[in-house]
Amino acid sequence: MDLGLNEAQQMLKTTAQDFLSTECPDTYVREMEEDERGYTPELWTKIAEQGWLGLIIPEQYGGVELEFQDLVVLLEEMGRYMLPGPFFSTVVLGGMSIMDAGSEEQKQEYLPRIAEGQIIMTLALTEPSARWDAAGVELTATATGDSYTLNGTKLFVQNAHVSDYMVVAARTGTSEENISLFVVPTQSDGINQTLLKTIASDRQSEVVFNDVKVPSSALLGEENKGWETIQKVMQWGAIGKCAEMSGGGQQVLDMTVDYAKQRTQFGRPIGSFQAIQHHCANMATDVEGSKFITYQAAWRLSEGLPADREVAMAKAWVSDAYRRVCALGHQSHGAIGFTKEHNMQLYSRRAKASEILFGDTDFHLENVANIIGL
Amino acid sequence: MDFKFENIDEDFRSEIKDFVEKELPWNWREQDLDPEDEKDSVLVRDFKRKLGDQGWLTMAWPKEYGGQAASHMRQVVFNEEMAYRGISAGDAGVRMVGPILMLYGTDEQKEQFLPKIANAEINWSQGYSEPDSGSDLASLQTRAVEDGDDFVVSGSKIWNSAHADSDWMFMLVRTEPDAPKHRGISFVLTELEGQEGVTIEKIPMMWDAYRGLVTFDNVRVPKKNLVGEQNRGWYVGAALLDFERSGVDRPARAKRVLEDLVEFCKENKKNGRLLADDPVIRNQLAELAVQVETTRLMCYNVAWMQSQDLIPNKEASITKVYGTETVNRLYGLGIKIMGLYGQLDPDSKWAPLKGRIENAWLRSFGGMVAAGTSEIQRNVIAQRGLELPRG
Ligand SMILES: Cc1cc2nc3c(=O)[nH]c(=O)nc-3n(C[C@H](O)[C@H](O)[C@H](O)COP(=O)(O)OP(=O)(O)OC[C@H]3O[C@@H](n4cnc5c(N)ncnc54)[C@H](O)[C@@H]3O)c2cc1C
Ligand SMILES: Cc1cc2nc3c(=O)[nH]c(=O)nc-3n(C[C@H](O)[C@H](O)[C@H](O)COP(=O)(O)OP(=O)(O)OC[C@H]3O[C@@H](n4cnc5c(N)ncnc54)[C@H](O)[C@@H]3O)c2cc1C
Repeated sequence: MDLGLNEAQQMLKTTAQDFLSTECPDTYVREMEEDERGYTPELWTKIAEQGWLGLIIPEQYGGVELEFQDLVVLLEEMGRYMLPGPFFSTVVLGGMSIMDAGSEEQKQEYLPRIAEGQIIMTLALTEPSARWDAAGVELTATATGDSYTLNGTKLFVQNAHVSDYMVVAARTGTSEENISLFVVPTQSDGINQTLLKTIASDRQSEVVFNDVKVPSSALLGEENKGWETIQKVMQWGAIGKCAEMSGGGQQVLDMTVDYAKQRTQFGRPIGSFQAIQHHCANMATDVEGSKFITYQAAWRLSEGLPADREVAMAKAWVSDAYRRVCALGHQSHGAIGFTKEHNMQLYSRRAKASEILFGDTDFHLENVANIIGL
Repeated sequence: MDFKFENIDEDFRSEIKDFVEKELPWNWREQDLDPEDEKDSVLVRDFKRKLGDQGWLTMAWPKEYGGQAASHMRQVVFNEEMAYRGISAGDAGVRMVGPILMLYGTDEQKEQFLPKIANAEINWSQGYSEPDSGSDLASLQTRAVEDGDDFVVSGSKIWNSAHADSDWMFMLVRTEPDAPKHRGISFVLTELEGQEGVTIEKIPMMWDAYRGLVTFDNVRVPKKNLVGEQNRGWYVGAALLDFERSGVDRPARAKRVLEDLVEFCKENKKNGRLLADDPVIRNQLAELAVQVETTRLMCYNVAWMQSQDLIPNKEASITKVYGTETVNRLYGLGIKIMGLYGQLDPDSKWAPLKGRIENAWLRSFGGMVAAGTSEIQRNVIAQRGLELPRG
C-alpha cells in the first residue's frame, strides 16, 4: 500500500506548481475569462514543452507514456491554479478517446500532434437533452457509400471554438447503444458554432451539424461500438475533474486559513474564533476525503482494474465536498470573498461547473445504488 | 498510489475469517455483542482468550513482550475483519495498559500484568473522566494522598466500564494539588475486585447498556502500583505505543450495517413499493455508502502514515470526527428506512434486524463524545493541524 505520491509524482507536482505559479497566476486566469479564445497559444506551447500534452501518450506516438494516475497528479495542480484553456478537452476527452478506440493509423495521425501541441481536440457528446446516457445521443450519422453524413445538435461542447478536431458521438442504429464515434475537423462544411456564456467562464459551444460529410476513415473504433469508449472517457473525465476539484479545494482551504490568520476583528485574528476554526476543520476534512477517494479511483483506472464503484463514489463525493469547501471558504472570508477581484469566487464558480460535469452527485449515487445491490 | 494490501496480509484476512466462522460462539450476522454489557462480557471475554491463544490480541506488541510486531496494515486487516463481524477486539489492556507498562512500568509490574493482559485475563476499566472533568481532563480532582506504602484515593470516576466485570482500573489521580494542573497528576493501577472503599454504580444509558460511576472513599492503593514517576501521570497516560489507531473498526462495522440495510430494502415494501425501488432511498443509502467508503480511506491513510513513521495528527482527528458522524447518520437513515418498525426496541418480536439499528443509533451518539468530542477534535484539526491561533 502506498497512499501517497511516488517520487516521480512528487516531482511532477513540484514542477507543476513552479510552472503554473509563474505561467498561470490569477491575473492570467482573469484575463482568460474575458479573452475570446480563453487561452493563449504562447502558454499552450510552453505546456507542450513540459511534455504534459503527451504525458500519458505512448512513447511510440511521441508521448512520455506515464500513467493515468500521474495525469491525475498534474490535473490536481491545474485545478489549484485554475489553468484555463483546452488542456482537459484535448488530453482527456479527445486524446484518450483516440488512445482507446483509434486504429494504428488514427493514433499515428493524431497522438503525436497532440503531444507536440499542434492540435487541439474535444469531445462532442452531450446534446440539448443534457443527458449522460446513450439515449441522449440523437445526432445521427448516416452511411452513404464510403462516407457518413452527420445531422443534429451538440450542446456544451468544451472548447469547440478553438478545437481542430472533435470526437463526435453519433447515433448509427436504433438500439440504445448503437453509437459510433467520428473524428470530425471542426472546420468541416455544415458545422455551425455558437459560444455559450457559462458560470465558470469556460468555453462551451452549441455545435450544429447540418449534413456534415466525413469519410469512413473518420470512424473511430467499430461502428456501433462507440459507447464502450464513451463510458471509459466518462470515467477518465469524471476522475480528471475530481482531481481538479481536489486541487482547487486544497487551495481554497489554504487561502482561507491564511486569511483567517491575517484578518483581525474584535482585536484578534478571526482564525482564533472557534466558529472559523471549525469551518476550517470541516474544510480540511472534505479536502482530505476528496484526495483519497480520487486517488483510489485513479489508481484502479491506471491498473486497468474494474472501477465502476470507485469512480461513481469519487465523483459523487468530491462534487459535494468541493462545493461545501467553497461555501465555507466564502463564509469565512466575509464580503471581500464575493468581489470579482478576489480569487474565492473564481473557485466557487468552477466548483459548481465541475459538480455537474460527467454526471452530478445524484447520477453517480444511482450508479452506486446499483453497485451495492439496491 | 497503490491501494492494495500485501498478499500475506490478504492471506491473513482469510485466516481470520475462517477462524471466526469456526470458533465464534454466537452468530455475528444475527447478534451484536457489547463487551461492556454485563451479560455479553463473559462471552466476549472467552472469545478474546481464544484470540489471545492465537497470538492475535497482542500482535502489535514488540517481540520481546511476546508480540509479533505486526505491521500497521496487518493490524488494520485484523481490526477490520473483527469489527465487520461485530467483535470488539480492541482491549484497553492490550491497547493501553500493556504499552504504557512497557514504556514506564517496573520489572515487577511488567511481570505481574503483561502475561495476563496478553491472555485477556484482566478486564480493565479506564478511569480518566470525572463528573466535573470531561474534555478538560487535566482538571481532574480525584485525590491520592501518600500514606506509608500506600496512596489513599478519594473521589469519583465516571463513564467507565467498571460495572461490567472489571477487575482493575487504570486511572489518573491528583497527587500534587498545588502544582500546575498537568503537573500534579499520577497514573496508578487500582484493583477493584473486593476493594474496600470502592462503590460501583451502574448508570443506565439511553441505549441498551450502562456506564460505571466509581466512588473511591479512602481507598488504599499500594505505591508499587504507581506507573512512571509521581506527578508525571499526564504524560504517562498520553503514551501510545505504535498501534494502528485509525479507527478502521467504524467503517468496517458500517459496511456490515449497509449490507444489512440493502438486504432489508430488497425484502420490504413501503406504500406498496419495494424500498429498493424508491429513488429517494436509493440515493440516500448510496450516499451513506460513499461516506463510509471515504471514512475507510481516511482510516487507511492514518494507518499508512503510521507505517511510514509519519505522525497522523490532524488526520487522526479528521477520521474520528468524520467516522463517528458518518456512523451516526447511517444508523439514523436505517431507522428512517424501516419506517414505523425502526422505532422498536431489540426485544420486540416485530423489530427488524433484531432492533440492532435502533439501539446502535442511540449508541452512536456516544461515539461523537467519547475519547475526545467532535468539538475538541475540530479544535485539534484547526489549531494543531492548520496552525490557527488559539482563542
Ligand atoms: C451583499 C452585501 C451587501 C452589503 N451591504 C452593506 C451596506 O449597504 N452598508 C454597509 O455598511 N455594509 C454592507 N455590507 C457589509 C456587511 O455588513 C459585512 O460584510 C459584514 O458585517 C461582515 O463583515 P466582513 O465582510 O468585514 O467580514 P468579517 O467581519 O471580517 O468576518 C469574516 C469572517 O469572520 C467571522 N467572524 C468575525 N467576527 C467573529 C466573531 N466574533 N465570532 C465568530 N466569527 C466571527 C465572520 O462571521 C465571517 O465568517 C454588505 C455586505 C454584503 C455581502
Ligand atoms: C460511550 C462513552 C464511553 C466512555 N467511556 C469512558 C471510559 O471508559 N473512561 C473514561 O474515563 N471516560 C469515558 N467516557 C467519557 C468521555 O471521555 C467524556 O464524555 C468526554 O471526554 C467528554 O466529556 P464530558 O462528557 O464531560 O463533556 P464536556 O467536556 O462537559 O463537554 C460538553 C460539551 O462541551 C463541548 N466542549 C467542551 N470543551 C470544549 C472546548 N474547549 N471547545 C469547544 N467545545 C467544548 C464538548 O464538545 C461537548 O459538546 C465515555 C464517554 C462516552 C459517551
